[in-house]
This record gives sequence, C-alpha cells and structure tokens, in this order.
Amino acid sequence: MVVGVARYLGARLARLLSEDPTVGRVIGVDVVPPTEDIGAAEFAEADITTSAVNRVIARYGPDTVVHMNILATRSDAGGRAPQKEINVIGTMQLLAACQRSDTVSKLIVKSSTAVYGAHPAAPALFAEDMVQGALTRRGYEKDAGEVEAYVRGFSRRRPDVAVTILRLANVIGPTIRTALSEYFALPIVPVVLGRDPRFQLVHEDDCLDVLRLATVEDHPGIFNVAGDGFMVVSQAVRRAGRIPMPVPSLGAPFVGGLLRRTGIADLDSVQVRFLTYGRGVDTTRMSHELGFTPRYGTVDAFDAFAQARAQGGLLDRERVTAVEGMLQSLISRNGTR
Amino acid sequence: MSYPGIAGAVERLQQALAFTRRRLTGDFTVDAFGFDEELTEQVLLPLLRPLYSTWFRTEVRGIENIPDSGAALVVANHSGTIPVDSLMTQLAIHDEHPAHRHLRTLAATLVFQLPVISDLARRSGSTLACTDDVATLLSRGELVGVWPEGFKGVGKPFSERYKLQRFGRGGFVAAALRAGVPIIPCSIVGAEEIYPLVANADFLARLLRLPYVPITPTFPWLGPLGLVPLPSKWMIEFGEPIATDGYGDGAADDPMVIFDLTDHVRDVVQGTLNTLRDTRGHPFL
Repeated sequence: MVVGVARYLGARLARLLSEDPTVGRVIGVDVVPPTEDIGAAEFAEADITTSAVNRVIARYGPDTVVHMNILATRSDAGGRAPQKEINVIGTMQLLAACQRSDTVSKLIVKSSTAVYGAHPAAPALFAEDMVQGALTRRGYEKDAGEVEAYVRGFSRRRPDVAVTILRLANVIGPTIRTALSEYFALPIVPVVLGRDPRFQLVHEDDCLDVLRLATVEDHPGIFNVAGDGFMVVSQAVRRAGRIPMPVPSLGAPFVGGLLRRTGIADLDSVQVRFLTYGRGVDTTRMSHELGFTPRYGTVDAFDAFAQARAQGGLLDRERVTAVEGMLQSLISRNGTR
Repeated sequence: MSYPGIAGAVERLQQALAFTRRRLTGDFTVDAFGFDEELTEQVLLPLLRPLYSTWFRTEVRGIENIPDSGAALVVANHSGTIPVDSLMTQLAIHDEHPAHRHLRTLAATLVFQLPVISDLARRSGSTLACTDDVATLLSRGELVGVWPEGFKGVGKPFSERYKLQRFGRGGFVAAALRAGVPIIPCSIVGAEEIYPLVANADFLARLLRLPYVPITPTFPWLGPLGLVPLPSKWMIEFGEPIATDGYGDGAADDPMVIFDLTDHVRDVVQGTLNTLRDTRGHPFL
C-alpha cells in the first residue's frame, strides 16, 4: 500500500511496484485520484488526516505500508497550516491505523535530510544518529522531526513491524517539481549574498529505486540517501546557465515578501536556511547496510534536471564553451603567426 | 616564426581562458566539506603568496616532518588578533612540501556564521572544529591543522606574546588517539607582531557578540589602513611527529592520557617557540 499516490513520486512508485512480479497487489491511497499513470495499482480514496485511512487499511489488509505523504513545501498543501496538518496529523492517523492492523508487518517512511536542519555550527556530514544536534528546527524540518518521533514511538509499541526510515536528500530530475527545481529554473536566481552552501541531491529514478528496494527487501533502520559528491549553489546556477543575483538575505521580510508577491519564488524559512548554510549527510550506511548505490551522483542528477528544464539561459554552458573555443583559436592563431 | 616569450604568454592566456570557462559553466568539484581545490590553487593561495614571501619573509623549518601521504594532525600556536597564521601555515605546507599537500584547517563556529568569510573558509578547505568533522577528515587520510588555543590565543594582549594559553580541553589529542594518527607540533613565530593588541574594546565586543574587538597601534585609528599587518619576520617550524598509536584501546577516553599528551605537545611547541625567537632576533628585520 502506497500512501500519497496522487503526487508524482507516489504514483511512479505505485506503478513500479505493480510491475514487480514479487509484489502481489498494490493499493494507492490519497485524498484525490492520481493524475499520473499508476499502472496496475488500485486506487483507494481516503483522507489520511482522518480515520478514513484506518478503514482503508482494515478493508485491504496490506502487509507493507509505504508512507510518502510528507509534504516539503507549503505551496503543495496550500499553506503552512494544512501542510503541518497533513504531515503531523496524517502520520499520526496512519500510524494509529497500522498499530491496530494485524496484517501490517513492514512500514517504510520517506523522510528527509531536513530533520538535521541547516546551521552554521552543524558538522559537515550528518550521520544517522546525529539528529539530536539539530535543535533549531522550524516549519518542515520540525514536521519531519516530529513525524520521525511518532514513527519511533510506533516501532516501540509494535516491535514486530519492521520499520525503515529513508532520509532522502533533495530529489531532483527531469520531471519532478520541487521548491529546489523551481528555484534553479528561474531565469535569474536570487542567492544569499556571501554564502555559497554545499548540498547533495538524489535523482528521481534513484529515489524510486531506493524506495522499491526498501519495500521489496527487508532493511529495518534509518538510512540517509544521497547521490555521490557535492555541489555548491553557485556551481548549480552556472551549470543551469542561470545568472545569480546576490541579495542580502533571502529571509529578510522585505526581500522574501518581494520575491513572493512578484511570484518569482516562494521560499519559506526552511529553504532559506538551507540556501544559506547548506547541508551534508554521511551515506556510508546506505552503501554498506542497505546495499544501495545510486546511479546518479549529485552533479549528474542536477545535469539531468538542467538538460530537461533549464536550457537556453544567458550563460548557457554551450554558449560559454563556444565563446571560449572562439577565443582559444584566436589566441593560438595569433601566437603561432 | 614564434618567440618563446610570446608562446609562454599565449599558453598562460589559454589556461586562464579555460579556467574562466570552467568557473562560468560550473565545471569544478567540491568535496563534502566544500573544499574547492582548483579555486584554492589558482586563486586563493596565489593571493596570499606576496604576503607570505615578500611581506613576512616566511622561513620554514622541519617540513620533512610532514608525511608525504596519510593522515596527521598539525597542532600549532595561535596568535595575531586576526588568524592569518592558519592561512600562512596552509600556504607553507603547500609550497614547501614536495607532495604539495593541502592542510585542512579547523575553524571556530564564528567563522561559519559570517557571510563571505564562511564561504572562503569552506572553499579553502577549512571546516568546523568539531569531533565529527575531525574524525571524518582523518579517516580520509587528510592532513588536518588545529589551533587549540582558539580565541584565547589570537585575542591575547601583546604583552603576553609567545606565552601559550590553555590547549582547550584536549579534544585534538582525543581525536588523534581515536584515529591513531601522529601529532605534528608546529611553532609559528611572527604572527604575534602583525596586529599588536594593546587593548580590547570589551563593551563593543559584548554588544557585537564577538570574542573581542581589537585596538592596535593602527586600528581603528587609521581606518582600513589599520588592517594592513605589520611586516614582521616569520618562522614556522614543524617538530618531529608524536606517535599516538601505542596507547591501546580506550586511551581516547582516559582523561589522564589526554592531559599528559596535551601537556607534552604544548611543551614541545613552547620550547620551539623560545628557540625560534632567539634565532630570529629582531621581530621586524
């Protein structure tokens, strides 16, 4: 059973699982029917912030539940209040239903590396057991932290259920729309003055692969998931051929309000802190215990996105390379004359 | 027909163009700590080089004590009001060592709170001085530099120059013990005289939440000109590596071992400092 099937990744996972011969039957749950093709998976309508999700679980009796209904951006939910409602109350209702069920034996939660927060005093690489270090959490970071706290409570009460928490770095790719992808698709990208944070990415295909792996195989535990390597914001802006526009602070009421009102970007405090301080996670456990190797590194994942979504900027890579080639040939002709 | 001078200039121009293209298209890599090797070697270190050789006339001793490869922890004295000494040590190791190794320096939280500075620090290979980061760097076989005196060392008054302050809580020794890597004591003479701190604007420091606000013979009286360091003569000496591997398991959690080793390293650094000061003679000649 995939919860959160109306959204892009949920729908694709439902389809991927329905094509898997080792999976018998796939139920996709969400409050509205999915717009994407979910393949042979069946759709069950239920609002996870109500006890309706309990009835769905009782009716279908799934053995595995994949919780993908944690929203990272407020615009996805229609505001911060509904976002928190869906994230926190939704998780509580879903866990309550799982706790009641006799059939559920495995729970997979798609969490995020946002649980670690973004802070100047943060270590360069967060390992899975370093969540306590992140104390200043707000917005989505706080939701993600609370969701995980409820999941930990659930696994204490139902030790017979195998629980896997996947903490994914920002997902990017040719199709998926996230706050980060829309940010880098802007023609002129506002960046925080004097800051060039580093970050990791996961390609959308790798994100689905790791969710599928956790669903089909048994890997209880918490795992950071991120592509190999790092990028910095200025590098990403350049690779997308965009022009960076340094602004004093993206979070300042004036700048943030201006960006929002003009419809350029809707960045909440969590995203602003991420774009100021960046974040890195340790993926040793992912490769050794989970046995997962992403096909795309951070830079490859970004390039896949840029290829599909960010062509033809003023500083397009091909354009710059062409200018360089022209100048190079000019120099060498003059030099050898 | 070609002239060697012109050919050289053309080659340099071509390299500069290729470099600009790589920067403009984002064709470079940073590691997990934000270290940008190409930018450091092509831009940041060349900017420091005139200061290092012409202004401070830095003399390096004992560079052979730095291993060609593998992890080691360089422990040095801190001074100079503005931590220029860590930059000079990084440049000294890169330029004088045959393997041109990069010293990965550890910096205080304050550095990572400041815009521009935090970015430059990460680009040049610095990271936050916390146990997790040190352990990661050492496990990757990096050469790590630490200034355990911290702000107590950089911000001490001129009258206390070359007197080592407390060496923190010995966290660096614990990190070296855990990783089983040698400690290389490093003594830096010259940094104390660059901005002689005669007084500390205590009230302002508290207001700005800074560890200190320096008052030197030139700052803030001469404005930005007061930020030009005085041209003192520098000497950097790397001592013989102190082994940390024969202590057995659990030594990193034994406070007595930590205290003993910390004191030993401190004594070595202080001893070399005294000898170097005598050898140097006049601080500005």
